[in-house]
Amino acid sequence: MTITTYALHLLVILFASIFTENILLARFLGMCSFLSVSRQVKTALGLGIAVVFVMTCTVVLDWLAFQYVLKPFAIEYLRYIIFIIIIAAFVQFIEMVIERYSPVLYQNLGIFLPLITVNCAILGASLFMVIREYNLGEGVVFGLGSGIGWMLAILAMAGIREKLNNTYIPRGLQGPGITLILAGLMALAFIGFTGVLTSK
Amino acid sequence: MPNEKNIKNVVLDTLWRDNPIFRQILGICSALAVTNLVLNTMVMGAAVMFTTALSSLTVSLLRRWTPRVVRMMIETLIIAFYVILFDQTLRAYWPDMSRSLGPYVGLIITNCIIMGRAEAFANSNKPGLSLIDGLLSGLGYAVVLLAVAVIRELFGMGTILGIPMPFFSSNLWDRWIIMVMPPGAFFTLAIIVWIFRTLQFSKQIEAKGTGK
Repeated sequence: MTITTYALHLLVILFASIFTENILLARFLGMCSFLSVSRQVKTALGLGIAVVFVMTCTVVLDWLAFQYVLKPFAIEYLRYIIFIIIIAAFVQFIEMVIERYSPVLYQNLGIFLPLITVNCAILGASLFMVIREYNLGEGVVFGLGSGIGWMLAILAMAGIREKLNNTYIPRGLQGPGITLILAGLMALAFIGFTGVLTSK
Repeated sequence: MPNEKNIKNVVLDTLWRDNPIFRQILGICSALAVTNLVLNTMVMGAAVMFTTALSSLTVSLLRRWTPRVVRMMIETLIIAFYVILFDQTLRAYWPDMSRSLGPYVGLIITNCIIMGRAEAFANSNKPGLSLIDGLLSGLGYAVVLLAVAVIRELFGMGTILGIPMPFFSSNLWDRWIIMVMPPGAFFTLAIIVWIFRTLQFSKQIEAKGTGK
């Protein structure tokens, strides 16, 4: 494979993970925080940035652990536990680093970090990485793209929900109900991107 | 031994009044993706029931010897243990199903319901009651997802469990492709939640009226 085709291949993975196979709207991962933290654009942005960062780093760490520890010892079935521990430890580590060196950033992003450990999108990205047998380059791009896709979806949802505050919504549909319907409409919109990749 | 009244309350609470999906839409991440086929959903529901029940039982059995500070970590490990057990069994005896469920069996670990039951119930209750609570929480969850799956497969493909249904598989019915695609899952769940919440609100209003 030449360098240009490889670059193109990576670009396709990036585009696919952001739009056509959006980890939230097409794979349903990270729904819990998506539904509960999408009330304001500002908090959604904070959580989104944190997810992009953590997801990219943990996919790389999990890839290294899978290739160099789990595979040689033939204990792939332990990957769920190992991945969870890596994610929790990484988040804890980042929290301490940020707290120590950048109090401003800690004030803005710090509260979101514990939420991320239980975000299934993070673990999901690593598991998809294993199932699709990505190499390191593909894994990085996939983690980055999935994170960006998740951030894009929660930002758009927060923007819509801020506008919805002044609208009449039937009582039974308030809260999660209307959010699910909005997510469905957004998923429809994102399906529109599918044609871009196949027609190429 | 748990007494009658407690069991009845637990059953009602977990299945209807506090059904995790209706109340807070918790834990759908790991399962909504497989609701396009009824069979996949049944296996997934069984996996969640199995994990919730046994991890609640284990957490409850170990509750006296678990230090409070590290209990979250221990609970996660217990849950992961049962998920791996289920995943390996599925892979050995039903590899096709294991492949089509993909990473979603593993994602049961991050399902907030299981952790929630361990934290909120199993931590402070007797093993027997915790087992029942876990089993029913899993059941309440599975039933809702099964409802979503039945609607999606019926409208989207005209079948249930792969068996063609009388009206929906004939030429009279235009298959709704949208139902098998991701948006269908969102819309179907939204409508089910809408119906449930409306019912609950009207019951609340009724209760208030008679109270006066």
